[in-house]
Amino acid sequence: MPQAQQTSDSNATVNGLFSRFGAPSFTAQPTQDNTPTLWVERHKLLEVLAHLRAEFPMLLDLFGIDERLREHRPEAALDFTIVYHLLSLEAREEIRIKVGVSSDDASVPSAHLIWPNANWYEREAWDMYGVEFSGHPNLRRILLPPTWEGHALRKDHPARATEMEPFSLDEEKQAAEQEALLFKPEEWGMARATEDTEFMFLNLGPNHPSVHGVFRIALQLDGEVIVDAVPDIGYHHRGAEKMAERQTWHSFIPYTDRIDYLGGVMNNLAYVMAIEQLAGIEVPPRAKIIRIMMAELFRISSHLVFYGTFAQDVGQMSPVFYMFADRERLFGIIEAITGGRMHPAWFRIGGVAQDLPQGWDKMVREFIDSMPARMDHYQTMAMDNSILKQRTVGIGEYDTAEALSWGITGASLRATGMDFDLRRDRPYGGYDEFEFEVPIGNRGDSYDRAAVRVEEIRQSLRIIRQCLDNMPEGPYKSEHKLTTPPPKERTMQDIETLIHHFLSVSWGPVMPVGEASFPIEATKGINNYHLVSDGGTTSYRTRIRTPSFPALQQIPDFCKGLLIPDLIAIIASIDFVMADVDR
Amino acid sequence: MTELGTISFGLLIIFAAVGGAAVLTWFERRLLGVWQDRYGPNRLGPFGVLQVAADMLKLLTKHDWVPPFADRLVFVFAPTAIVVAMLLGFAVVPFGPDLYVLDINIGLLFFLGMTSLAVYSVLLGGLASNNKYALLGGLRSAAQMVSYEVFMGLSLMGVVMLTGSFSMRDIVEAQRDVWYCVPQVLGLFTFMIAGIAESHRLPFDLPEAEHELTAGFHTEYGGMKFAMFMLGEYLGLILICCMITTLFFGGWLGPVLPPVVWFCLKVFALICFFVLLRAAIPRPRYDQLMSLGWKIMLPLTLFNLLLTGAIALWMEG
Repeated sequence: MPQAQQTSDSNATVNGLFSRFGAPSFTAQPTQDNTPTLWVERHKLLEVLAHLRAEFPMLLDLFGIDERLREHRPEAALDFTIVYHLLSLEAREEIRIKVGVSSDDASVPSAHLIWPNANWYEREAWDMYGVEFSGHPNLRRILLPPTWEGHALRKDHPARATEMEPFSLDEEKQAAEQEALLFKPEEWGMARATEDTEFMFLNLGPNHPSVHGVFRIALQLDGEVIVDAVPDIGYHHRGAEKMAERQTWHSFIPYTDRIDYLGGVMNNLAYVMAIEQLAGIEVPPRAKIIRIMMAELFRISSHLVFYGTFAQDVGQMSPVFYMFADRERLFGIIEAITGGRMHPAWFRIGGVAQDLPQGWDKMVREFIDSMPARMDHYQTMAMDNSILKQRTVGIGEYDTAEALSWGITGASLRATGMDFDLRRDRPYGGYDEFEFEVPIGNRGDSYDRAAVRVEEIRQSLRIIRQCLDNMPEGPYKSEHKLTTPPPKERTMQDIETLIHHFLSVSWGPVMPVGEASFPIEATKGINNYHLVSDGGTTSYRTRIRTPSFPALQQIPDFCKGLLIPDLIAIIASIDFVMADVDR
Repeated sequence: MTELGTISFGLLIIFAAVGGAAVLTWFERRLLGVWQDRYGPNRLGPFGVLQVAADMLKLLTKHDWVPPFADRLVFVFAPTAIVVAMLLGFAVVPFGPDLYVLDINIGLLFFLGMTSLAVYSVLLGGLASNNKYALLGGLRSAAQMVSYEVFMGLSLMGVVMLTGSFSMRDIVEAQRDVWYCVPQVLGLFTFMIAGIAESHRLPFDLPEAEHELTAGFHTEYGGMKFAMFMLGEYLGLILICCMITTLFFGGWLGPVLPPVVWFCLKVFALICFFVLLRAAIPRPRYDQLMSLGWKIMLPLTLFNLLLTGAIALWMEG
């Protein structure tokens, strides 16, 4: 497997840190993914992060870990750990900075002045672990309701409803819950009026036709002009990360399907690749190509939904029906291959669930042959339409530097002219064998974000055609002992594989102790599963970094002064799903 | 016609118009289906035409609800205004040489007056709902109507100039040689745009704009009160098509077939065209719509007016 990290380069970063702050300030932790992971003292944290800011313009992820029940705990760990996962796109490097705090003094200085997107991540870490971030401008719950008691990802917080008191909602409590959801402008430092204007506060959502799910933006309006906006998320939170701590490594796969529910097996890919990193599994070539083909089919499917709803949100009624008809044909193929449609849960640790069925190539070929002409048709129908252009060109612009500092990845980043795609620039899972182009934009506005995605559909078709023409023969699963479930043919022939089969099917596979993550270029940007194994059949901590979460956080930054219809065009262009935001 | 005859014909027109609007809801969905690669309602009755009855039954049996925070009287009154105004507008439409309710020498002005009245319905509905989305929708409709009313009237003045009369029958009779869509092509273009804006259908459905304002001015409406708004919208569509037929496409004029058939055929073709517009065009932004109205359409209309006047004078002199 291609290494996630080029160790020689990253050593330079680490050496730089050592020479600047002195090696004793850090404790290095070896990880299976070879990403440099350094523990720092809390009082040096901000200095170190500020130093790294120059080299790592993007805070890819920030999350907590409850270390209290971890048997194989790193030496430097205290009760809670906060992890800063940084990414440098130019050098294609990652680094993790960890800081430990004890439960009686759970406080870390806030990094929101270094990377603005730390704001929401810190709120999430506080919400889930109760770790405070001193200096944070507005540390309040983000995913759980404001009335929630306790911090849900702490190990002592119950994981299922049956471990808690039966739920009841009397009128008094209901009134209190509703009161808690009321938007209070003062809490966000907003004035209700100036000397000559009284502002209108409008709840756009959580139920609104154009917010793509349950998502609320509280708008401060002067007429129809947006003065300020507060995105409010969490309505779609299902505790996927908490569930991961109960499910076996294997049985969590179906849950990943439902994170970005338009991405299907693309989610599986991010998850199983992280596990394979952890277990050191090498996937056979046929499985790799099958995975790439399925992932790209889902990329097309997701982008088609985007394309249709994008046109619809700027008021064009018809395109969405064409795109959904294409997506339906795509689902026909996916159904024939996997048996599922939106959530096939079809990738496995070490390969895929089944071999491709007979006749798959004919179906796929028909689809990719028919698509280019249809894409041309859509181009004239939607993207070339002058009203659509008027509505989106120059609306919601941001440049590359802003996008990086807000953690924007994927097509929304490429639309600013940043030429970066993990598939090409740090190829994983076999992408190095493919020829494709990475489309980029130049204005970074709503139109470019759409145009880049439209072109990505064509590139994905190219990749799929290469899969079709060069599908290797061979096994679709690895021979590795942690492959789950193991290849069936050998189950009944020797006792070793029978035992493995029996154990990993009944109890679940046991992954080696350690930590690993694997960023991939998912449908909406970088998706990254950070897995912590404590040597059990379940994950000790599963952190899901999704591209949609930071995308929503950025909205208030560039929608000020625009009109409500512009905001709708922006929302349509950033391509998110709420399940991907809230997890 | 005798007085009794006029009244019964008027009633007939009302039923035909309301029935036509109802069937149009089904027809539009089927037609959109054709253009959007799907079926549309096709289950109930032949070609799904009984869908209309099912929709009506559903709307009739809905809870007749007025939100407690709304201005009750205005809230109930608003949806009726649009239906009444639109139906009154049909009075001056000449369906054939002798088929009309009212032939007054200010027929065209009467029509313009009635469509302007319909604006109040949207405006009042938006205001009375006491809902922020409805308010924004109401505001938009007020601004939109003010801008588009201006050149809607002006765009027809070319026709009036050429005919020398406001009477609809005279206007039709004056098109025996050549339909006004030829000499008044600019007028037709501007009137059509104003007409869509007036009936607030996509792409000019900004008061409603479900992607931005959920349902705009009728967010709080349900059941029959909502149905009245829909009815008004479809009546408006038919009325505008009737007017375009009368003013620009020679009304009932045509060879072989009886006049009323010609009239209906022309109206039908125009309705199909309007549905196609709805299927094809995205919604401009509200301020873009305004600047289109004031900066392009109004000068265009005035230019048309000057040109027509000049030519009319030249022909005479």
